[in-house]
Amino acid sequence: MYSQGLIGADGTTEETEEFLAAFQARIDREEKIEPNDPMPEGYRKTLIRQIGQHAHSEIVGMLPEGNWITRAPSLRRKAALLAKVQDEGGHGLYLYSAAETLGVSREQMTEELLSGKAKYSSIFNYPTPTWADMGTIGWLVDGAAIMNQIPLCRCSYGPYARAMIRVCKEESFHQRQGYELLISLCNGTKEQKDMAQDSINRWWWPSLMMFGPHDADSSHSEQSMKWKIKRFSNDELRQKFIDATVPQAEYLGLTVPDPDLKWNPEKNNGKGGYDHGEINWVEFWQVVKGHGQMNRDRIKARKKAWNDGEWVRDAALAHAEKRAARQTAQAAE
Amino acid sequence: MSVALFNALLELGDDHLILGHRVSEWCGHAPLLEEDLAMPNMALDNIGASRNIYTYAGEVEGKGRDEDQLAYLRLDREYKNCLLVERPNEDFAHTMLKQLYFSAFMEPYWQAALSSSDETIRGIAGKAVKEMAYHIRHAGEWVIRLGDGTEESAKRMKEAVEELTPYVEELFVMSADAQECADDGILPDREALRAQWNQTVANIFDQALLELPEVKYPQLGGRTGHHGEEMGFLLAELQYVQRAYPGMSW
Repeated sequence: MYSQGLIGADGTTEETEEFLAAFQARIDREEKIEPNDPMPEGYRKTLIRQIGQHAHSEIVGMLPEGNWITRAPSLRRKAALLAKVQDEGGHGLYLYSAAETLGVSREQMTEELLSGKAKYSSIFNYPTPTWADMGTIGWLVDGAAIMNQIPLCRCSYGPYARAMIRVCKEESFHQRQGYELLISLCNGTKEQKDMAQDSINRWWWPSLMMFGPHDADSSHSEQSMKWKIKRFSNDELRQKFIDATVPQAEYLGLTVPDPDLKWNPEKNNGKGGYDHGEINWVEFWQVVKGHGQMNRDRIKARKKAWNDGEWVRDAALAHAEKRAARQTAQAAE
Repeated sequence: MSVALFNALLELGDDHLILGHRVSEWCGHAPLLEEDLAMPNMALDNIGASRNIYTYAGEVEGKGRDEDQLAYLRLDREYKNCLLVERPNEDFAHTMLKQLYFSAFMEPYWQAALSSSDETIRGIAGKAVKEMAYHIRHAGEWVIRLGDGTEESAKRMKEAVEELTPYVEELFVMSADAQECADDGILPDREALRAQWNQTVANIFDQALLELPEVKYPQLGGRTGHHGEEMGFLLAELQYVQRAYPGMSW
């Protein structure tokens, strides 16, 4: 999954106006931009940043859910969770590959994640203290991700758009799986239902933050919209998410922790929608800037995996070189 | 009900569950992304096989216990897995060697079980045999890479071989229950698989520049419930939710 709130992208570009106009015309004709096509440097940089952040989010996102694999309460749930976390890793792999088409290596992107230069979705800096969180993450976090990602299937950059088609199918499955887990809890005992309510209390607001700052405060949105990397604004997507999700919470018999939430029939050009309370932007920026409860632990875990695995990667490389040398020697005989 | 078959199925089910649990501990922490995908796959195969085995064990027992009651709600002494599978992950070399040792045994085991007199066993074997062939290949390739990689990887691989080989013997041990099932043609004779195991491992070790040490004092005990100290922690994690919230559906 991924947060749309692209952080720190530098969309500046230095090409001639003629080149930029021709490129924009291709975008406007809804042509897909492919890896070997000429593209403005700003477009390339924005995409590398966005796809990289997306890939990192998948990789870091394996941690909060991986936290429950060994403790899953039934073998069926354990298998489903393993498969889900494995899917996230798979998404990371496609996305790193998509970013590599823009001339950046996976190793380089990994170094940037570990050094703190590259960001990942802030949602993963919240802890998963209970089993119910495995359901809530699927339902709310993957649900919010899908809202962001469905439009990305039409992104102007071909490799990213195509990767997103498969990713979205899997995310949609995860969302249903998460919701089904919560149905089990909500149909269960009081302790189970309380566990589910406690979980939505903790995840509701961070999920809304996944859509990024208000449109008025989102500095990089305009150029991304023009280049059709992004198709809807943060606030539009957030509203869609709330309108789709509140009835799902009601079906579960759970309360959305927002006392200001109320149905407004005038909203969405008279189709109706929910008014909601204000997001705690202090908390949002605190977590984005690296001071959430789990920021340090997440990066520490990724660094540990990377550093502890160095000898394995070195050995694989050394073995491949030895093997190639032996083949060359054999061929020479 | 056949007590012998029930017990022999628990030996098998517990081996797969506990090994699957161990390899699943890597998920999200692997040395490279490809292994973050491959190790959960192996865990899914092992745990998936355990589910089929426990479900059948529950039917054989006839007391209405399902896969989860068998997997989660027994005491430590009632788990019958061999000691090899419960060994801690240590490092990637230990983990891959453990997977290789186990799959090099289970592949011919399931192959033999394809001609079991029991239809359910044949069904379980049909799926598992393909998975184990893949595990031999995947883990075996890593053992070769690490054994014939860098100085450090070769050292780690040798340490893993020293440490884990004494646990191999227990794979071949025939409990009275396993023997009864073998006599009835329901489950394979474990002892008879020694030559195939040796051949698979020797072939890989040859390429990995590793030597299989002679084991004078094999480590046994898991089949009779005499587990190591680490097993208690594994079960504490595995059983946590079921024990903390008894009798609920998840």
